[in-house]
Amino acid sequence: MKQLSDTLFNAVVRSCAIGTLILVSGLCVTLVIHAMPVFRHSGLSFLFASTWDPLRQQFGALPFLVGTVITAVLGVLISLPFSLSIAFFLGEYFPSGKLSIFFQSATDLLAGIPSVIYGFWGLFVVAPFMQKIEIRLGIMPYGVGIATASIILAIMIVPYTASVSREIIKLVPSDLKEAAYALGATRWEVVRHVVIPYAHSGILAGILLALGRAIGETMAVTMVIGNRNEFPKSIFDPANTMASVIANEFAEASDDIYLSALIAVALLLFLFTTVMNMFGRFVIKKLTVRQES
Amino acid sequence: MRTGSYSRRIVVNRIMEGVIFFFAFISLLPLTLILFYLAKKGMAAIDWQFLTHLPRPVGEEGGGVVNAIVGSAILIFCATLMAVPLGVGAGLYLSEAKEGKLSYWTRVAVDILQGSPSIVMGVVAYLWVVKPMQSFSALSGSIALAIMMLPMVIYSTEETLKVIPYTLKEAALALGVPYYRTILKVVIPAGMSGITTGVLIGVARIAGETAPLLFTAFGSPFLDINPLKPVAALPLVVFNYATSPYPQWWEQAWGASLVLTFLVLCLHLTAKIGTRRWKIQF
Repeated sequence: MKQLSDTLFNAVVRSCAIGTLILVSGLCVTLVIHAMPVFRHSGLSFLFASTWDPLRQQFGALPFLVGTVITAVLGVLISLPFSLSIAFFLGEYFPSGKLSIFFQSATDLLAGIPSVIYGFWGLFVVAPFMQKIEIRLGIMPYGVGIATASIILAIMIVPYTASVSREIIKLVPSDLKEAAYALGATRWEVVRHVVIPYAHSGILAGILLALGRAIGETMAVTMVIGNRNEFPKSIFDPANTMASVIANEFAEASDDIYLSALIAVALLLFLFTTVMNMFGRFVIKKLTVRQES
Repeated sequence: MRTGSYSRRIVVNRIMEGVIFFFAFISLLPLTLILFYLAKKGMAAIDWQFLTHLPRPVGEEGGGVVNAIVGSAILIFCATLMAVPLGVGAGLYLSEAKEGKLSYWTRVAVDILQGSPSIVMGVVAYLWVVKPMQSFSALSGSIALAIMMLPMVIYSTEETLKVIPYTLKEAALALGVPYYRTILKVVIPAGMSGITTGVLIGVARIAGETAPLLFTAFGSPFLDINPLKPVAALPLVVFNYATSPYPQWWEQAWGASLVLTFLVLCLHLTAKIGTRRWKIQF
């Protein structure tokens, strides 16, 4: 016989799960509802127009879309050699031992530092350094800009890609590797012809997850990207990303349509990162299941 | 697979080994630099007054960040209070009802939440709380942080309860203990330290968050513990001072950064030690 208290307990636990579900769907619905006014106001030109002028009620989010994609992709590209090296270093060359523990703790630390600290450090250390480089190159020495933001992003996502790739590299069956070694392959040949072909889709998934994170990163980027609402002409120009424009302008958005435009940017950002994440997780889950079965 | 001469393969192997080691070690450089700058500039700014006084206006010497430290504590405490019961409950449901539509969709929801950018939580908390109440508040800030923390708590609860041996539960049930008491008195206590670790990781994650607080907690120069008023927070102070035009505030920002980083890294360290012991992987 089922007791009343059991039924009650089950109901409570179940409602927690339902509550989480409602929370997330409520989140999406809220964003969509509040973003509607601007789509009604400017239609699809919200996505394709490149003028963002709140005073004249012109809302074109294209500069932010482009700014976001460029900084994130550039950041991931810069981080790749480093994160993959760490992944091979920890997954293949030193899977255990003191050096491995040291490296893991160091990358954990790197992942633990709050993003506002990265932004602060970037603003006061990396930006002046970039300024010097820009003077030498003979271009406008802004210091802040897309390039600086990408460097900071790269530093921030190295631990992330590294840890995902390392986990995937560790999934490579050791009999495959041992077979290659037994045939006289060098370590690099094993990495190049056994580990990478086996793990490449997982590594790709890790890169996607890192990209999702880079797209959503707010504070560090806001502090070093220069916050200019124009279409960037070179990678040293100041620009704005979706996240940074929200961070900068949300608190001062005076009228409803302006606010709605910023919420629409938030909605876009949310969709972008969710798609990246879902896809990345899907690939990883598939790989892990293949391993277990 | 192309193969060259024996010596060429050895050389290629050597070179690639060098390249991998080089890049791996170079990527530790930023960490060293950040910690170096934090220690050098932060130490100079921190003294007893910095930790125990309210901020002063620009131009006046001294002043501290006690309001931000207290504010951060309030925000984190309220967020934990909200996220933990809901998260543990949901995690419990997921571990008990492994299959099923509700579990599937809840997992999808948690995945979405886990990956969404922190600034979106700020926007949502603004729309849910700040706009109807017409005022920035500590409450809205902690709601935003609670949403950020929720996935961590759910994951860690589910993962911990998954590895608790089924025989433990069966033994309790066989003794005639009601189901709910089995869960509350046997299963949860057995997984307690795993859940605590998850909560710590969650707290470490939200303690350094700035973006969700920008237009919810907003920041305030006063020491105020009313949850319906705007409140200061350490990350907000770092952001506001760092982007201000006053060198004196920059120094304060270094000090606040050092305090913040120290707190966050301590939380991470504690959580990591717990994770190693419990072998939970996220």
